[in-house]
Amino acid sequence: MSDATSFAVGTTSSRPLSAARRRPLTRGTRWPLLLLFLPPALLLFTIFVVLPMGEAAWYSFYNWNGYGLPALSDWVGFSNYELVFKNSVFRQALINNALIIVISVLIQVPLAMWLATLASSKVKGAVTFRLIFFLPYVLADVAAGMIWRFVYDGDFGLVGGIAHALNVDAVYPIADKNLAIYAILGVVVWKYFGFHMMLFIAGLQTIDKSLLEAAEIDGASPRQRFFRITLPLLGSTVRLSIFFAVVGSLQLFDMVMPLTGGGPFNATQTMVTFLYSFGVMRMKVGFGSAVGVVLFIICVTLAFSYKRVFMRND
Amino acid sequence: MTEATVSVEAPPPRDGAERPLGAGTRIYLYTSMIIVAAIVIIPLLTTALGGFKTLGDLRGDPFGLPREWVWSNYSEILFSQRYWLQIGNSLLIACLTVVLTLLCGAMAAFTFAHVKFFGSGFLLNYFLVGLMFPAATAILPLFIRVRDLGLLDTYWGVVLPQVAFGLGMSILLFRNYFKSLPSELFDAAFVDGAGYFRFFWHVSMPLSRPIIATVGIISFVGSWNSYLLPLIMLNSEGKYPWPLGIMVYKGEFSTDWQLILAFITLTILPTIIVFFVAQKQIIAGLTAGAVKA
Repeated sequence: MSDATSFAVGTTSSRPLSAARRRPLTRGTRWPLLLLFLPPALLLFTIFVVLPMGEAAWYSFYNWNGYGLPALSDWVGFSNYELVFKNSVFRQALINNALIIVISVLIQVPLAMWLATLASSKVKGAVTFRLIFFLPYVLADVAAGMIWRFVYDGDFGLVGGIAHALNVDAVYPIADKNLAIYAILGVVVWKYFGFHMMLFIAGLQTIDKSLLEAAEIDGASPRQRFFRITLPLLGSTVRLSIFFAVVGSLQLFDMVMPLTGGGPFNATQTMVTFLYSFGVMRMKVGFGSAVGVVLFIICVTLAFSYKRVFMRND
Repeated sequence: MTEATVSVEAPPPRDGAERPLGAGTRIYLYTSMIIVAAIVIIPLLTTALGGFKTLGDLRGDPFGLPREWVWSNYSEILFSQRYWLQIGNSLLIACLTVVLTLLCGAMAAFTFAHVKFFGSGFLLNYFLVGLMFPAATAILPLFIRVRDLGLLDTYWGVVLPQVAFGLGMSILLFRNYFKSLPSELFDAAFVDGAGYFRFFWHVSMPLSRPIIATVGIISFVGSWNSYLLPLIMLNSEGKYPWPLGIMVYKGEFSTDWQLILAFITLTILPTIIVFFVAQKQIIAGLTAGAVKA
C-alpha cells in the first residue's frame, strides 16, 4: 500500500520549458472537485462499510432482536462474547477454518507451484492447460459447490458410480461427519489451485533465465535448480499465495452452503456459515454481531501482522 | 566458482529457439497436466452430460454418454421464464455494481491522486481499511441498515453494499494508475484551459482503459457470482440472481438430479463462454488486480 514509488516519468529534457511551465500553475479551484468527487464514495463507504462495522461492535453488547434501537435494558456486557466462545459449534468452526488454512498451505500452494512449472514450460498446448486449470476459479462458489454435491452423491454422482464400478458399498463423503470437511477441502483446492498457479506463473516469469542456465551448465540437477534458485526467488509469490489462501478460507461460505450447509451435525461449519445459521437465521443480532466482531478482529490482525512480518520486503 | 561466473556472462546460444525438451520430460509434463485437467473437467462434463440423461440412466451410469439423449431437461429450462429472469437479475445487479464501483472509485481516486488537502492521507487509509475484511463480518448491521433505508428486497439493497465493499480496491488501483500518468499531461491540459472535470473525463479516464478493465472485471465477476448479500437482502424470488436460483431449484427438485444438472449447466454456461472469449483480459484482471490490491 505504499505509494512512494509511483511517480510520473518526466519527459522535460526533450521539450523546451514554456513560460507557462515556469509560472506557478493555477489548476483551478479545488473545492468543486472535492465537493463533487469525494462524497459519493465517502457516503457509500461510510454508510455500508464503516457504520455497520461500528454498529456490529455496539450491538454485540446487547441482547436485541433488531427492531427499534437497543434499549439500556438489553445491555448484556460481554456475555455475547462469552456465549460465542463457549459455543462448541463455534469452536468447531474455528478449527475448521484453521484446518482449511493449513491444508491450503500444505497442499494447494505446492500443487499450484508444481503446476506452474509444468504449465510455463515450452511445450505445445501449455497455454490451453493453463486455461483449463484456471476455469474453476471463475465459476461461482455456489455452482462449484452444487457440482461437487452431485459428484459426491453416493446414489447418482461420480462417487456412487465409482463405488458401483468397484463393486463396493456406496460412500457418502458429505454425509459422513468425519469425512465431510475433507470433502469440502477437496472442492476448495479444485476451485482455487488455478488462481494460485497463475500467481506462480507470473512469479516464474520474473526469474532471470540465465541464472537457471548457468546453474545447469555447472551441473546442478533439476531438483537443485528448483530448490536452490527458483524457490528462493519465488519467496514473495509464496507469501502472497498463502495470504490469499488465508483470506479466502476465512470468508468461506458460498461453497459450503450447497455442499453441506454446515452439516452433518455442524461438522463443516465455518465462521461465516456459523454467523449465518446461528446469528442471521435466528435474528440474534447481538450474538451474530459478536461473531462478526471476532471474525473482523481475526481478519484485520492477520492481514496487518502478515503484511508487517512476512511481506514487508515485497 | 570463478568459472561459473564466467559462464553467466556467456550463456549458451539462445537465439530464440530453446533447447528441445527430452522425450521423457515431455511425457512427464503431458501426463501430469492431462491428469490434472481431467480432474478439473470431469465434474463439469458429467454435469453437462447428466442434464441429457434420465434419472435412471444417471443412477446406472453417471460417467458415460447418455444412453438416450433427453433434450427436454434443457429445453424446459430454456423456455421457462425463471431461468432468463434470474440471468437478467444477475446481469442487472452486476452492471449497476460495475458502473457505480468504477465511477465512485475513479472520482475519489482522482481527488486523492491530484489534490492534497487536509486529511487526505487519513481519508485514503480510511478507504483502504475496507480491503481488510469481508462483508460477512458486518452482515447483521448491514441488513438492519438496508432495511431501515427501505432498500430491503430491492436491487439497490444488494448493489450499494457491493459497491461500498469494492471501493477500497477500486480507489487503490485507480489512484496508483492516475499517479503514474505523466504530470505534463496535466500541465498541458490546464494551460489549454481545461479544469479538473474536463481533465478527468477527457484525459484521465480515456487513458485508464487497462485499469477500468481490471476493476470492471473484478467487480463484475464478484457480483455475478455473489451469494451471501442477495441471500440476506432479497426476499421475492422474482428478484433472485442465479446463484440463489440454483439453491431454490435444488430445494424444489431435491433428487431430480437430471434437472438440477441441466440448470447448473445453463447457469454456468454464460461464465464459461465469456471466459473463453475474453480469457486474456479476465485472467490478467483477476490475478493482476488481486496482486496490486
